Amino acid sequence: MVETNLSRRNFIRTSVGAAGGLLLGFHIPEAEAAKTESRPWTTPTKGVEINAWLSIGEDGTVTIRVPHTEMGQGGMTSVALMIAEELDVEWSKIQAVFADPNRHLRNNREYKVMSTHGSQLVWLQHPHIMGAGASARERLKEAAAQRWGVPRSEVTAKQGVLRAGARQGTYAEFATAAAGVKLTEEPAIKQAKDWWLLGKDVLRLDIQHKTNGSAQYASDTRLPGMVYAAVRACPVPWGKLKSFNAEAIKNRPGVVGAFDLRAVEGKRGQPDLQDCVAVVADSWYRAKTALDLLPIEWDFGDAAKVSNASLSAEAKKALGEKGLLTKDDPKALETIAASKKVVTADYERPFEAHLRMEPINATVHVQDDRVDVWSPTQDQSAAILLVADQLGLDPKNVYAHTMFLGGGFGGNGAGGTGVTRQAAELSKRLKRPVKVLWSREEDVAQDKQRPMAAARLTASIGANGLPEAISTRALWFAIDKMNQIGPATADYGIRNMPYNIPLRHHERHNLATHVPSSTHRAPGANQTGFMTEVFADEMALAGGWNPLDWRIEMTKDKDDWQRVLKTLKEKAGYRTDLRRGEGMGVAVVACHGTIAAACASVTVSRRGQLAVEKIVIVVDCGHVINPRGATEQIEGAACYELSHAWFGGLEMREGRFVNTNFDSQNLLRIDQAPEIESHFALTGGKKWGGMGEPAGPPVPPAVANAIFAATGKRIRSTPFRLHDLSWA
Amino acid sequence: MAMTLNINGVSHSVDIEPETPLLWVLRDAIGLTGTKYGCGISRCGACTVHVDGQPVKSCQTAVSAAVGKQVTTIEGLSKDNNHPVQQAWREVGVPQCGYCQSGQIMSAAALLQKSPKPTDRQIDEAMAGNLCRCGTYQRIKAGIRRASQLSGA
Repeated sequence: MVETNLSRRNFIRTSVGAAGGLLLGFHIPEAEAAKTESRPWTTPTKGVEINAWLSIGEDGTVTIRVPHTEMGQGGMTSVALMIAEELDVEWSKIQAVFADPNRHLRNNREYKVMSTHGSQLVWLQHPHIMGAGASARERLKEAAAQRWGVPRSEVTAKQGVLRAGARQGTYAEFATAAAGVKLTEEPAIKQAKDWWLLGKDVLRLDIQHKTNGSAQYASDTRLPGMVYAAVRACPVPWGKLKSFNAEAIKNRPGVVGAFDLRAVEGKRGQPDLQDCVAVVADSWYRAKTALDLLPIEWDFGDAAKVSNASLSAEAKKALGEKGLLTKDDPKALETIAASKKVVTADYERPFEAHLRMEPINATVHVQDDRVDVWSPTQDQSAAILLVADQLGLDPKNVYAHTMFLGGGFGGNGAGGTGVTRQAAELSKRLKRPVKVLWSREEDVAQDKQRPMAAARLTASIGANGLPEAISTRALWFAIDKMNQIGPATADYGIRNMPYNIPLRHHERHNLATHVPSSTHRAPGANQTGFMTEVFADEMALAGGWNPLDWRIEMTKDKDDWQRVLKTLKEKAGYRTDLRRGEGMGVAVVACHGTIAAACASVTVSRRGQLAVEKIVIVVDCGHVINPRGATEQIEGAACYELSHAWFGGLEMREGRFVNTNFDSQNLLRIDQAPEIESHFALTGGKKWGGMGEPAGPPVPPAVANAIFAATGKRIRSTPFRLHDLSWA
Repeated sequence: MAMTLNINGVSHSVDIEPETPLLWVLRDAIGLTGTKYGCGISRCGACTVHVDGQPVKSCQTAVSAAVGKQVTTIEGLSKDNNHPVQQAWREVGVPQCGYCQSGQIMSAAALLQKSPKPTDRQIDEAMAGNLCRCGTYQRIKAGIRRASQLSGA
């Protein structure tokens, strides 16, 4: 009999019968993980370390340490590819492991950037990542040059072999010597024309583990003696905990106790801890069941008066008032006032939660001499600093363990969320490892949301049917106690829209809210891209223009926009003469250094049933290092934004969000998912752009414009599900 | 309550409240963490396992309902990660974050068991209970068609 003795009362006892071995714990059989596969949580890093990024083993295996997180965006594979390109070693000899965040901090941020955000990994970080591979290659060459008595310029390094004249040796043979080499000058990274590996289709390194259940996520952490916590913060964000009656659940099976955790005034940085109650038990289900039975009294505060309707009214009022002027051509307003043809429209989009598949969680083990953290964070180094801050410890004694993320979408930034503080605090009090897992409802209600946004856009149309002046007023509910969203986000994509409109006037409002907010896949562009691109259609049609030709005309001095839009025109077969009930719509949005255009084809039944049949997307991100991975990101980002715009939208009543699970917020499913066709129209040269986010923002306006083409109904707010699309 | 469960061909004795969802017995007690929690209300499918070959949402299946039946989880779908669905998933490159994929794979395997050559409509119907937030749906469809070919259907 094997007992899993977790607490004062056993959650369960297991024993193993006839066939097979004991299934407690988990490991990956060696045979299952070929050398091409990543073994991020089990692989000891053998071999000689050339630099922080890589080690070379005796058998020639190169272990690459990936400082970024892998949340589906393919970061683990991208880092390995960029280093393998420069090192010039067979891809089958590469294995990837996650780098040690504690080492990163101890050694003065040795990996430069550990945070994974803003589609930056390839776009902005390729110079130092490729540089690490190039440096290792040159040091191997220098080691061979010294041993062979030839200049380094005569040594070549290809596919793991060093050669000079008739002499040759493997990288492994020279690894120890190379580790001691100091270069007087670091090498430049390769130009795209010299790539042998980048630019080819490569299967992601973590694919084996993500097809057999062995990929370990933070929420899969299991430790000896670990207990589980279910938590509930005030349903109205920033409400106060008044009291709770722990007596009511003390006899529940497996319950260790109920604990209060309090927001600390003055500690309202990112990410924060709000007042909450935690029930700890020997299994999460027992903890959650007991928490549901626990009587809790809250002081909801004034925010309990807020609803979607009141926010909407507040936004409408502000759009009628002057905001902060951030772009002004004095003639813009005069021109509009004197114009005979003016187009004006108001747009609005609600709060959106990230709703990644893995609910927010954290496991922390506080011991006398060290603290260990398992957190689904997009920045493990920040998780260390966060836990050190919460516990008042030196960060050098805090160790974060990088796990796969079950989605991130910008919501798992700097140290995860307040959940990491919750786990640290509980482990400190209980003196044992504690896993805190938020229920889906908690995950949505307490997420740091993408702010609600609105805009009023007004343009005058000149004699040629093109806009001559535009006045824009944008608004974000972005001032909250977290202050995660910069005030200029309200300008994003509107103030700097790419179209050549001669006269422009722009104002912004930032309104206060009790709802905590944070970054969200394609921040800014995700909300404003819809507003500007639906309005672009309104301007084009008011002037009698074909909406795609209008966009090409209005960006004619911008080569990259022209390349993207003309490629879209060539590939998508955009038409404006379809029969009623069928429609095509286009949109183009830039973010993260990348331009993405979309053409959506929809059908709408007479009763108003929407089907999004197909979306063609064209992207200019400058360079693509792995077309297969980049295409996955186009498909993913497109579905992500379509999902919010069609089925999402948080609903607030009495200060709290009420559609907090996949019943009341029934997001995009396979039978609604469109066919997505991806194309690249790459500028190349010095242009690099991000890939994880930019393909999303043009999708909702393309679909809304297609709906207009099909039905004549102009959609100026999301989600689409709330609109009556029926036509006669 | 003492019960005996057969999970992936291994028999486990458990002593637990009979209404406990199978999901939490698999994850927290036995340590089979490949089966995921996503919603707890049978709406996302991340917790899909097979009970006597039928796909079920283990977050809404009482452990007592699995007594006397064969439970198969993602860890037990194949010995060598080479079930046709797993092979096809790698060829097509389906997973991104991967969190929902255990459930997707178990639902797809059950579909192909029942309908070796599923129509597009059958794929939609069988897979509509499995949510994916990374948007891998197009590749899931392609993966199922490829797995059907690999199975020789």
